[in-house]
Parts: sequence; C-alpha cells; structure tokens
Amino acid sequence: MSENGVHTDPGALKDLTDAAAQHHTKVAPDGSAAGYSARRTLRIRVELQRQIRRRRTQLVLAFLVLLPFILAASFEIGQANPNRRSGGFVDLATASGINFVVLTLFVSSSFLLPMIVALFFGDTIASEASWSSLKYLLAAPIPRHRLLRQKAVSSGILSVFALALLPAVALGVGVAWYGAGEVVSPTGEAAPFADGVLGMALAVVYIAINLFWVAGLAMFLSVSTDAPLGAVGGTVLVSIVSQILDQIEPLEDLRNYLPTHYAMAWVDLLSTDIDWSEMTRGTFSALVYGGIFTLLAARQFKSKDITS
Amino acid sequence: MSRLSRLRGRWTIPALIVVLALVAGGVYFTRSGDDPVAVSFKEANIDAPESPDSAQTVTIETRLYLPQQTPAPAIMLAHGFGGSLRSVHTQAEEFARRGFVVLTWSARGFGRSTGQIALNSVDREVRDAQKLLDFLGTRDEVQKDGGGDPRVGVTGASYGGALSLLLAGVDKRVDTLVPVITYNDLAQALLPNSALATPRSDATPAATAFSEDGVFKRSWAGIFFSAGMTSIDLSSPTGEAPEMGQTEANQPAVEQQPGGTGGAAGQQPPTPSLGACGRFTPEVCAAYTEVATTGRATQPTLELLRKSSPVAVADQIKQPTMLVQGEQDTLFGLDQSDATARQIAAAGGKVKMVWYAGGHDGGNPGTALRGQIADWMDFHLRGNGADPGTGFEYSVQGAFRSSGQPSLRTVVTPSYPGLTGGSTTERKTVKLTGREQVAVNPAGGNPAAISNLPGLGSALARSSAISSRLSLDLPGQAAVFNSEALESQVLLTGSSTVKLRVARGDQTSGEAILFAKLYDVSTDGTRVLPGSTVAPFRVALPPDGSAAEVAVTLPGAVRPVESGHKLALVVSTTDQAFANAEQPAAYRISLASDELSVPVVPGRNVTTGFPVGALWGIVIALLVLIGAGIVAMFRRRMAQDSDPDLAGVPLVISNLTKAYPGGVTAVKDLSFRVEHGMVLGLLGPNGAGKTTTLRMVMGLIHPSEGHIRVFGHKVTPGNPVLSRIGSFVEGSGFLPHLSGAANLRLYWAATGRPESEAHVEEALEIAGLGKAVHRRVRTYSQGMRQRLAIAQAMLGLPDLLILDEPANGLDPPQIHQMREVLRRYAAAGRTVVVSSHLLAEVEQTCSHVVVMHKGQLVAAGEVADIAAGGGETTFRVDSPSKAADVLRSLEGVHDVHEDEGAVHASMNGVPRAAALTALVAAGVAVDQVGPRRRLEDAFLELVGE
Repeated sequence: MSENGVHTDPGALKDLTDAAAQHHTKVAPDGSAAGYSARRTLRIRVELQRQIRRRRTQLVLAFLVLLPFILAASFEIGQANPNRRSGGFVDLATASGINFVVLTLFVSSSFLLPMIVALFFGDTIASEASWSSLKYLLAAPIPRHRLLRQKAVSSGILSVFALALLPAVALGVGVAWYGAGEVVSPTGEAAPFADGVLGMALAVVYIAINLFWVAGLAMFLSVSTDAPLGAVGGTVLVSIVSQILDQIEPLEDLRNYLPTHYAMAWVDLLSTDIDWSEMTRGTFSALVYGGIFTLLAARQFKSKDITS
Repeated sequence: MSRLSRLRGRWTIPALIVVLALVAGGVYFTRSGDDPVAVSFKEANIDAPESPDSAQTVTIETRLYLPQQTPAPAIMLAHGFGGSLRSVHTQAEEFARRGFVVLTWSARGFGRSTGQIALNSVDREVRDAQKLLDFLGTRDEVQKDGGGDPRVGVTGASYGGALSLLLAGVDKRVDTLVPVITYNDLAQALLPNSALATPRSDATPAATAFSEDGVFKRSWAGIFFSAGMTSIDLSSPTGEAPEMGQTEANQPAVEQQPGGTGGAAGQQPPTPSLGACGRFTPEVCAAYTEVATTGRATQPTLELLRKSSPVAVADQIKQPTMLVQGEQDTLFGLDQSDATARQIAAAGGKVKMVWYAGGHDGGNPGTALRGQIADWMDFHLRGNGADPGTGFEYSVQGAFRSSGQPSLRTVVTPSYPGLTGGSTTERKTVKLTGREQVAVNPAGGNPAAISNLPGLGSALARSSAISSRLSLDLPGQAAVFNSEALESQVLLTGSSTVKLRVARGDQTSGEAILFAKLYDVSTDGTRVLPGSTVAPFRVALPPDGSAAEVAVTLPGAVRPVESGHKLALVVSTTDQAFANAEQPAAYRISLASDELSVPVVPGRNVTTGFPVGALWGIVIALLVLIGAGIVAMFRRRMAQDSDPDLAGVPLVISNLTKAYPGGVTAVKDLSFRVEHGMVLGLLGPNGAGKTTTLRMVMGLIHPSEGHIRVFGHKVTPGNPVLSRIGSFVEGSGFLPHLSGAANLRLYWAATGRPESEAHVEEALEIAGLGKAVHRRVRTYSQGMRQRLAIAQAMLGLPDLLILDEPANGLDPPQIHQMREVLRRYAAAGRTVVVSSHLLAEVEQTCSHVVVMHKGQLVAAGEVADIAAGGGETTFRVDSPSKAADVLRSLEGVHDVHEDEGAVHASMNGVPRAAALTALVAAGVAVDQVGPRRRLEDAFLELVGE
C-alpha cells in the first residue's frame, strides 16, 4: 500500500507513546524545556558541518587548490610563445615563489575573492530560506541574532580559510616551480623570502579585513531575499560596479569613497618601508561599509516576517 | 510601538535613498567649493637693450599673474625651448593660487617677443631677465627685500631651467631657484664624451667624464634647433611623468602644448622670419651649421655653447637650489644636474636633488612634483611649511605594470652623496666576462643601432612592449660583455663605470667613436636599456695597433636589477641618435678590468604620514558596532514577559491581528485558548489565516496587534519557550544534500539540547522511511518529506505539537496512521494543534475545534458539541411549515424553526420516533431525521459560496 515500503510499524507508535508517557519535560525558569539554552543553539561546529557537506563549498575549495596549478601551467605554455610581452605579469610572477603568490592574489583579488566571500555570506541564510529550513531553525528556537551571528562566524571561518588556502597552495606551487628566491615588489624592491612570506600572511589578513564590506552586504542581501543567487549575484554586481566607477578618472577623489578603492592596498606590504596609510584607510572604509551593512542585516532580520 | 516598527520597515528603502542622496550632495557641495579660483593676469611689453651697449631694443612680452592677496613673493617662470609664456600658463596659475605673484615672459626670439635667440647668453637673455627683476622691484604687488630687490624665486624647465641658473649666478636678487630638466654644459649635452684616459673621482652618483671632443648628438640637436627655427616645440616633453601612487594614464597637458592659448585669444605667434637661420643669432646659427655638417665642434663653437651654459656661473650660486632632473631623458641626462650640484655645493649653496620618472623622453613634472616645487618656494620665500631640506630623492620604476602604468616609488636619502667633503657614493662591483671582440663600423655609419627616438620617446617610453624592442644592436657592430646572474637585487642609481681596451682591427682611422650601454637582461633573455640612454665616447687609437685603455662612464639611470637577472655591457660602433663615424673601420674591444662599478644610493621609501583620521575612524566604527550589539542585547532582555497564572495552559491567543503592509489583513482579532491534553483542530478554508496564525505562534511572524502566550510566556521571535513546541508548518524544510537521518540529527544538534532527549530513533520509526532514511533528501517524494517533517516536529517529545495540514500528500492508510499517532500522543499527556481545511479530518482527529474564516473566529468548542448542535434534531420534509406546526403541538418540543426543506427543533427528551410518528400521521413526508450538524452547516456556508 505505502509507497516505497514507507509505513509506520504499530510497534513504533507504541514506542513513541511509551516514551512520551514516561518522559516529562522539565521546565526551566525562562519557560524553556530543560536542557535548552539559547547559548548552545547552532554551535559553530554544527553549522560548519551543515555547510562543509555542501557540494558548493567543496567545489569552491577544490577550485582554489586548483587555481595556482592552472596559473603555473599557463605560464609554462605561455613561455613557449616567443612573442609574449615582458615587463608585466609574467616577469613578476616567475621571479620567485612569493611573487607567484603575489600574482595569484593580484589576479584573484578583484573578482574571485569577493565572489567567494559573497558566496559564503550571501548564500548562508537565503539558501536556508529557499529550502524552508530557516523557519524550523528559528522555531527550534535559535534566537534570530544568534542565528545571524553563528552563520556569519561560520561563513567568516570558511572565507578566511578559503582566503588563506589560495596563497598557501600558490606558495607551494610557486616554490616548487620558481624556487624560494627574493621577492620583487611591483615597485622594484627586493626582499628576502622570509619577509615575503610574512608580507603575504599580512596581505591575507588585510584582504580578509577589506572584504568585510562584501561580507556585510552579502549578509544584508541574504536576509532580504529568499533567492541565494540574488544575494550572491547582487553583491558581486555591486563590487563590479564599484570597480568600474573606480576606473573613471573624472570622479577623482570621489573614488576614495568606493568600497573597492583600497582593495589593492596590500601591495604596499611588499615594500621594505611599509606605507600603512592606504591599508589603514582601506580598513576604515571596509569597517564602515561592513559595519553599516551588518547593522542593516541584523535590523532587517530581526524585524522580518519569515514566510518562506 | 508595533505600528511604529511597521512604519519604519516600510520607510527603510526610501530613507536609505534619501540618506545616500544627502551624502552624495554633501560630498558634491564640499568638493564644488574646491573649484579653482580664477586667476587674473596683466600683460605688459618691456623693452630691453638688444645687447649690452646697443641702442637697439627688443620687446619682451610678459604676463603678471596676481594672487588673491598682495603683496606677495614673486616667482619668475621661464618657458622651455620653442615655447612661450603661453606654454607655462597652467603652471603659472597654479603658483598664483598658492599665493605667489608670477611673472612669465617669452624669451627673445620666442612667442611675440622680438629679437634673436642667443641661447641664454649672459649678455642678452640673462640681461632681459634682470630687466624683468627690475620690473618686479617696481611693482607694489611684490614683496621686497629692499629697495628694488623683490623677494623672488626662479624656476623653469629645460631652456628656462638653464636661465634660472644663469640668472641666479649673475643676480643676487634671486632668492631661490628650481631648475628643472636642464643642462649644466650645453657643449657636453650636445657633444658628450664619456671616456677618460684616467678614471675620475666617483664621489657623486651620476658624474660622467665630460671629456672634450665629444660625439655629436645629432637627432636631439636637430630637434632642438628646429624648435628655434619654426617656433614649433618638439623638444619639450609632452604629457606628465607618472608619479607614485598614481595609476591612471596621463592626460596630455593641453595648455602646456606650444601655441597653447592660455587666454591669449587664439592668436598665432608671428610668422618666424624665414631663412636658413630662423630666429637664431648669426653666431648661434653658424655654430650649429658647423657642428651639424662636420659632426665636430671647433673651439669657438664650444666657447659659445659654454658661455651660455650654467657651467659658466654656477659656481657663483649661493641661493638654495632644488635641482629636478628626469630619469627618462636622453637630452639632458642625470650627469648634467650632477655637475651643477657639485658646482653649487662647492660654492656653498644649499642643494636638494630630485630625480623624477620623466624628462625630455618621459614627461613634465606631475601634480605632486609641481606641488613640491611650490612647497620649496613657499618655504624659501615665505618661511611657510616644513623645511624641504637638502636631501636627495629618486624615483624607482618597478617592472610590474598594471593597466599600462608602471609602479613607482620614491626613495629619499638625507643628502646627495659626494657633495660634502668625505661623503661618497657606495659602489658595488659586478664581474663582467667576455673575450676580446671585433666590432665593425659600416661605411657612412649606416645601418646604425637604435637606442632611443628623441622627441617620440615620451610616447614610447610608456609602452614597455615598444621601448624594449626599440633598443636594437646590429650583429657584428657590437661587443657584448655579460655578468653572472645577480644573487640579490641591485638598485642601480647613477652612472656605472667600466674600463675598456680598444685597438685597431685593421688599418683605418686613428680614432674610434663607440657607444656603451648597459642592459638589464632578465632570466628569459629580455633586455631592457634603462632610460634608453647610451654613453658615446671618442677614443684615439695608437697607430701601432696596441690598445688604448679608457675609463667609460655609462649613462646615469635608476634601475632595480632583480636577482637572477644579468647585466650586459654592449659597446657598439653606431647609434642612430648620434653622428657616427663615416669611415668603415673595425675595432678590437676588450675589458681592461672585469669590474663594473655600479653606484647604489640606499635610502628610505617615501611613505605618506600615518593617517590618524582613519585610525580614529576605525576605533569609532568598532565602538559603534560594539555599542549597537550591547543595546540590542539589553532590548532583547527587556522583551521577556510571562504570566505565571497561565503556566499550565499550552496556548492562549488574545486579540491577534496580522495586517500586511499591502492592506491585506490575514488574521483579525482572533482569540482562543488551547488547554492541556487537547487535540485542537484549526478548521477553515484555504486563506482563512490558519497558517499565518500558526507562524505567529512559532514566532516567525510579528503580530500587528494582540499577543500569544505559550505556557504563560508571551511569544517573541526566538523566545526560549518555543523549545517546548514541535512544529510542522507549510511544508518540510530539509537540507537537500543530506540524508533524512543526518537532517534530523543535525537539526537536533542545532537546537543545542542534549542528545538523550531527542528520541531520534522513535521519531524515525514513526516516519517509517525504512532504508530510504539514509538517502539524500532531494531524492524523496512529497509524502516521504512530509512524514520526515512530522517526525522532526516530534523530536524531543514537545509539550505542544503544532501540525499544519499534516494530511496533505499522504495516502489514506498513512492519514489513518497519523490520526492514531496524534490521538495517542495527546493521550500520553501532550497537546496537539492541527490545522486543516477538511471537516472530516478534524472531526475524526480532534477533540476540539476552532473554525476560522477570512482571518476571523467563526466557532470554537468541543467537536462533539459543535457537531451535535446542542441536541437539536433536523427533519428533512416536503413541507417545512406544516411540519413545524405539528412539532410545535408536541409537548416538550420547543425552539422549532424552519429552514429550506427542513425543520430544526429542540426535542428536550421527546423521542425522535414519537415526533416522526406524529409527522407521518399529519401527512408530512419525511425524508430524513437526524441530529443537526451545525459544524458542517457553518463550514459549508463558508466554503460553499
């Protein structure tokens, strides 16, 4: 009778009612079932499990591992071509392992990295809404601010991991292909390998901070729509528009207000006398934009009617 | 309060737009205040003697730009060769905006000034400039140091730079000067010789040999002189040099172009006096003709050139001087400013040296450097600002290019090495290897190697692809000496030196003209000639075939040579830009010493000051975020509200209303109560507001008015009391990439409650999915998801179980089973609320019912009560009026009322059989007798329409 042999054994019914008869939920003073505590809901470990098992997460991380190999291979192919231009990417990239990392970060930091951050942050709540599982999480209950926070922290952990994974793999590939020589900065300074590694570590920290605005915006869009694609795509779109505006010279100083304006400030870290001013401004800009978007997201989520 | 929050929600987007518009407007407003103020100028023609003792005069056209406030110190701004006062209009306005009186003029022979070009002769152009100093001394707008002595600084580029040096050397009324990309010795600039028989002292970084009898720099000289013939300026750089931190492509500075109409009504300069000599004095013309035709200069020509060069007077300059020289300059190289700096330092003047990433091949000073020049003037003329000091700055161009622009950094050192006694330039030794090679000079010096294309250089220098291919050495015409790959980076800063041996390769001329250049060779063999410059030298060869040994100073340049790169010294017999030897010849060239001495000037990178504002901004932003978090936490704490009297009542709904912004009211003034142990059915057609009500119970939707209490606690989003509710509302919600079992386990893990309380196994058995429980949920059928969702609602055996349309998607046996589950669950001491749009469903499952329609409560009570209609009986008859009369006549029967085709009556203990008999006896045809079903009536009434 039942499809696919799906049916409830009468014995199961007895088990349940027996359990229900014996088990009487104790009630805590706040009205909750004993054993429930808002502070224990949706622990980071649990949320990470939920996310890491997703194919999407696995594919993104796999791609980040693959990318440095693709770049290295394309340089190998490119070197066979006698007409290639010099003085550009290739010269810089193949100078040493660290320079390969610099190139990898350079080519990925305008589009790929913001997209990954947008994916982790923009998808996290919107996808729960699209699966209809958000309402059950909220009714569990996971307080809304806590759900948002735990989701944000998990997305943050995944993003930072992704941001660190790319240069780490690139460093391995770079050292294997181009050796652990001196790192050459875009402005033509040379520094020892160890300094270069430290510089790259700081660069990853800066990029992570600078992408806070992406995280905040993605989060805001994620709680504003039930379509994950809308949240991720919207964030990437804003990032691209900001980068386009940044290219328009007549805007002059106005471009300093663009959230992507200081995205490349980490390049200053390659210098021996590090100029912190751009990075400080970039941090400030990212904090302000990220903070505003985060507050908007929290406010929107708090007052939102969950109808998905 | 709730109305307010609703209002706020509705206005969020418009408010955001308004705020953005205000911010944009504010930014625009503050910026529009920065619009450059208009600067006015006065034009005047000043007559000066044609020559010191001459009665004839020349007329010099001048412009006096006035700042907002006068009197102010003055700046004399001289133009470049081929230009006029119009070509410096933009820079003059910039200085005037900085608060200086600015005097520009067209030098004699240029623009609308009359007279002939005497190449900055001390007796002519310099006298003219002194006349202008007199003029400034008479102006009230100009601040004075004394009677007739104006407070004045002089600056200018190229030809104008040389004039500033000459004027400062001659006239002490000049207080400070900034010569830009200019020469020290025009003879050396146009006829350079970089070889010395004995090595010179290498104290300064860019000192070159300056030997006599140089090689004629044909291309540049031609361009330079044709500028004087035609007033068309090919020699001045076009565009601006790239600067640090600047990424965009340079925009050509339109007003710097020759013939630029800086307010001069677009009039063309007068047609140049045609003729072989153009506007040059006959002496200059003759000298040029001589050099251009023979390739060599006679002593009088050299005298003439030297007399009109700063070298003649620079040892008189004691005024503070900032020398600006370009790293991309094949006309006046770094060696020229080096020589000037040495002269001024020896005379006791203060010298600051700046090498920027431009020059005659690379562009004019950019905004930042012009600002630096104005800062220098500000300090030395007015004492404003920080002391620019007497340091040395040079610009380093990295190999990396993004969007066509090289990356730049500026390096500073406290002083230009070698100027003060004892200090000297650090030099690194790089070993060169290479055996003796034979290089051939072709007859006529053609074809020739190419190093640079004067006049076009600035356009080409910006394209790495072209400029790197531009340098071309012809096979057989060059000797090449390579170094090993460098172990660490060397930042070449200035002129390297090397010792060479040159001997006759056959029986030819007694001298050799050779060109030495130093390439940076990358690991893949790409060669870059830093600055595109070459060092020409002429060396006499011993007739016996033995070798002449010379020390050659290579051209000054700034170039970071990366580790792994090699340096290649190329000595070629020809160069396109110079007058090559005409006679065919062969030379044997070898290294006299394998040491290449490379100057390095270690310094610190220029970093902009630490942005304190941004740092404070970070602190404030963090504080605001933390503050917002704390405020939100307190507001959540305040929201707790509980009523201990209702602690035992699973659900109390009071005056609940939900109105959506669009004007739709989903639930209106709904009140009911669910007691312990009930199985309550929420009955209503689709759209009655059942689901909205249940969502409000779960804290998913904010009620517009009224409130809900669960076990006495007012429901708010995420209220802890919700942990005692198990719910299934409007479909399942699972992570499609996980199995059913994993979904339930992770869901429970997400609630954070102990695993022992979950009863996952029991719940899974209730779902009864068999082995399918280990498949991914995305493969499940609708019914399977439904069952899993109900099982999820039962996790933790909640005190209140809320199921929304649980029978949807289940087949009849499954529905039957589910009813059994719910009844038994309630019997075990729990409360169940089920919503349905099916009457039969509610009748068979529930003990109590609440009927809703259009968001409002229609009926509530026990299912049996409502269904039984309080003991009334319905008779379906053919004639209701007649039947009513019969029934009213019966003792005990009351409350009789008619309906269409039926009569309802309260029997009050009278048996239905007795009533039936009476009706039949009265001749009424009875179709049906039974208890009145009010619930059905009510419900049909609702859904039937």
